[in-house]
Amino acid sequence: MIEFRLPSLGADMDEGTLLEWKVQPGDILSKGQIVAIVDTSKAAVDIESWHEGEVARLLVQPGQLMPVGTVMALLLEPGETAADAERYQPDARLPASADAASAGPMQSGPVMAERRAVSPVARRRAGELGIDLQGVSGSGPNGVVTLQDVERAAGAAAPKDRPDGMRHAIAAAMSRSKREIPHYYLAEPIPMARALDWLAQENAARPVTERLLPAVLLLKAVALALRRYPEFNGTFIDGSFHPASRVNPGVAISLRQGGLIAPALFDADRRHLPELMRDLSDLVKRVRAGSLRSSELSESTITVTQLGDQGVESVFGVIYPPQVALVGFGRVTERPWVEGGKIVVRSVLTASLAADHRVSDGHRGGLFLAALRDLMQQPEALDAAPSGETK
Amino acid sequence: MNVQDVKIGILSVLASVAPELEAELLVPDRPLRRQVDLDSMDWLNFLVGLHQTFGVDIPEADYARLVTLDDIERYLFARLDRPQS
Repeated sequence: MIEFRLPSLGADMDEGTLLEWKVQPGDILSKGQIVAIVDTSKAAVDIESWHEGEVARLLVQPGQLMPVGTVMALLLEPGETAADAERYQPDARLPASADAASAGPMQSGPVMAERRAVSPVARRRAGELGIDLQGVSGSGPNGVVTLQDVERAAGAAAPKDRPDGMRHAIAAAMSRSKREIPHYYLAEPIPMARALDWLAQENAARPVTERLLPAVLLLKAVALALRRYPEFNGTFIDGSFHPASRVNPGVAISLRQGGLIAPALFDADRRHLPELMRDLSDLVKRVRAGSLRSSELSESTITVTQLGDQGVESVFGVIYPPQVALVGFGRVTERPWVEGGKIVVRSVLTASLAADHRVSDGHRGGLFLAALRDLMQQPEALDAAPSGETK
Repeated sequence: MNVQDVKIGILSVLASVAPELEAELLVPDRPLRRQVDLDSMDWLNFLVGLHQTFGVDIPEADYARLVTLDDIERYLFARLDRPQS
């Protein structure tokens, strides 16, 4: 019997509310298939399966609040039957099954008071309208707040802050980071003239729908530099560093109503720039719409933040645990620059690295930033087919 | 399409990029991106939206001229294809 559990989608998540099942008993699951939509403090997340097997029982009902690790469903292994699933008792020692999942089929009725079950479209609308969902009564199945409920509340309620769950989640993760991770910080100016010239040329030939942003070049350069310096790409769990086999930078994306999410861009080191641009654009749209996939929240291997758009010259970030590094980019500025004994004006951007001293030292961090700087001097090479090569 | 139509079209594209925006608070002759907090991705999506609405492709080299809402309105109006009017 395979227990399908609510995965942790990052250091800032310890519970979620089931919004909707996307499978039913009898369905054959494949890996990566979307099993359910779960509401977290940050977004409505499509939970993907990392198992294969037949769905035998669903143990949680829409509207139910679950701690991370809750057994949500039972899947059959080869040779098992539905009768096996009926007899099966999920392991009660695990915190997850304590009262929620082990009780078997759920009694319907009033749902938990603390967090509200809200349909994704209702949540988005509430965010747009500035409606506090705590004050909205749900008329959907099991008290789920629907779009109509939000629209109705909008007529009555004065605009208020969005639920502060996001703020609490960020506070918890960042406090843990500052408590546990001995950060060190480095910065390096990166001359941007070549990259920007190359980009201007590329974009002149592209319709507006296919234009590239400098962010894409920077992400690709970070990803390639990480292949040479793998000690910045991975996680620190249970006292030891686990280098990641893929390069999945989490891209910090701010939300218009406050807060941020840093979902992963998968295999950024292996993608051509136009592909990376499409992925990034898609990710931003889905973050703003509050719709993400579980793997995007749980499988990032480093975070990249870019605050240049807001006008700051440099940013020194707080590492998102259990990651071990964060790369920050500021704004491109024109600065006096000495070249061949003369002062010239150059476009420069400050790249910073916040890294975990338990895993790496400043010397290697400096080499990493230097590699990043050098990669940005050959923009055409960043677009080249990257597949197997390593330097 | 008259100037008023262009104005309405621009604001509706802007609202799709920044739904929380209160259009009546925008000052048309002040820098737009200071007023609306558009990052570079939002700005690009705004231009894509203008392209879809007006059929005008704005080259990157022209971005610097599009600072205020008035700038954008004049720019688009001058490039609209309107042989019939």
